[in-house]
Amino acid sequence: MVKHSLIVLMWLLASLSQAELLIEVTQGKQSAIPVAVVPFSWNGSSPLPEDISAIVTNDLASSGYFRTLGTASMITQPHQLNEVIYADWSRLKQDFVVIGTVELQADGYAVQFHVLDVHQQVEILRHRVKGKASQLRDLAHYISDFIFKKLTGVPGVFSTKLIYVTTNRERTRFNLNYADADGAREQLIYSSRHPIISPAWSPDAKKVAYVSFENGRSEIFFQELATGKRERVVAFDGSNSAPAFSPDGTRLAFVLSTLGNPDIYVMDLATRKTERMTDHYAIDTEPQWDVDGRHLFFTSSRAGGPQVYKLDTANKQIQRVTFEGSYNARARITADGRKLVYVHRANDRFHIASQDIKSGLVNILTSETELDESPSVAPNGSMIIYAASEADRSILAAVSVDGDVKFRLPSKYGDVREPAWSPIFQ
Amino acid sequence: MQTTALYKTLGLAFGAMLISACASKGDVNEGAGSTVAPTATEQQAEGTNAVESAGLNGEALQAEANEAQAALREQTVFYFDFDQSTLKNEGKAALMAHAAFLAANPAASVVLEGHADERGTVEYNLALGERRSMTVRRFLMANGANGSQLKVVSFGEERPVMMGHDEGSYSKNRRVEVKYQSR
Repeated sequence: MVKHSLIVLMWLLASLSQAELLIEVTQGKQSAIPVAVVPFSWNGSSPLPEDISAIVTNDLASSGYFRTLGTASMITQPHQLNEVIYADWSRLKQDFVVIGTVELQADGYAVQFHVLDVHQQVEILRHRVKGKASQLRDLAHYISDFIFKKLTGVPGVFSTKLIYVTTNRERTRFNLNYADADGAREQLIYSSRHPIISPAWSPDAKKVAYVSFENGRSEIFFQELATGKRERVVAFDGSNSAPAFSPDGTRLAFVLSTLGNPDIYVMDLATRKTERMTDHYAIDTEPQWDVDGRHLFFTSSRAGGPQVYKLDTANKQIQRVTFEGSYNARARITADGRKLVYVHRANDRFHIASQDIKSGLVNILTSETELDESPSVAPNGSMIIYAASEADRSILAAVSVDGDVKFRLPSKYGDVREPAWSPIFQ
Repeated sequence: MQTTALYKTLGLAFGAMLISACASKGDVNEGAGSTVAPTATEQQAEGTNAVESAGLNGEALQAEANEAQAALREQTVFYFDFDQSTLKNEGKAALMAHAAFLAANPAASVVLEGHADERGTVEYNLALGERRSMTVRRFLMANGANGSQLKVVSFGEERPVMMGHDEGSYSKNRRVEVKYQSR
């Protein structure tokens, strides 16, 4: 494994200085594809509000799947197909070249881009997108998604969002934030003096559920993203926590603990009727729906320490899923249903592990970060974002499901915790 | 350290004496502290030296016992081992004092706030904090407190008192705080 530090280029810093989180790729794939994104031409007189090609470059580099070429190394900077000299790019050992133009038109900005295969010397993708000034960053991520899908076969997740909690050191302020998957354009969506934990997306990405302690105990709230409207949904006597929407969005799995005995429940969101799923004196928590919408993975201490179990909601049959190590908790499933990702303790250190559902093979994915927790899988199944401890602070970090790609999203201040990666927006 | 231990032992001893005295001969101790006492003493004025001295003695004992109990109740934070919700012996004397106080003051109520250290997952730690509060609740109830006086809440790993990432901090964060809402 070749480790290289692709610290984001200085000229990117300017455009990202607003963002609280900044991506630093700490480890990329050895097989990363070399790609050159040539700065797009721009016919306007004043600079573009967002540097589109720079954002595309950053997206591709931060995915770990690509090794991008610095603009200073480019022999020429073509914008049109007829300006491309393939031999130049071949000499620079590039596999692909992206060129494009940005034009201001009556109804907004128009971006045309081409993806060229250097070896075959052919154009393999051409696309044109339009948007308003406020949407330039969205346009850039959209272009990145297009290129990523074309070159890797996997849908890109550059247009997806994150929600996460930030706190000050004193833990007297808890903020729920919404940001682009690259940490840019952070927006505060809820702020409280009391803890906020366990944010979860609805499958239509229109609302989030989370646990708030604003009434002196843990209760589950829903919040619509477009309107900011909040609703207290689960607030039974006791402790209410760990919300998880079913894949079809009609049910909510959660944990209710009355008198110290946390068990798994499922609420039908249309009727608000609840059904108890587990009834055990041990801790049962952290429910997560399997992709089939019928089974739930959950953490239980019924065998002593926390382990992951699988529950069939139809007949309430339970089977243990994790067996390696004394601490396995907070399971998340990849969108294809093939891999389980969870927090695993080995040698007194907490890391993120993946387990192949069929073979049961366990792979510990992280090693550089400490106290890893709260893993959340990208909707294309490529990356896992998680919270970790670094130099006395809590930061977000990401690792690919195969462990090959790693990056960090350190914040400028405070602690960042409990990330939740959005579904792909339709 | 040694004096504290001695003080606790004394307090326990006085507490035990007080409780047994209450149970067997309630009138003696009750008389000592109430306005009824002088009347009772007056009525039995002749040849009751022994009773009177016993009453005085009881009063002194109770004052000291009360003081010792109050001192024990100054401990309001109780610590736990990693991934454990078992009460440690070192906190039991103080919790018995809290239980005795709650038993004697039915209007008093407490919130038992459970906490965990930052290791492990957020939700599991929330459950663990609650487990710890429940352990304290059970102990208080076993020692005379009423369930209606005890409210249980967990903050998991969200409210650490020490910010370090070492056992020194962790051991202080794995705790239950007894917080009086009314006395």
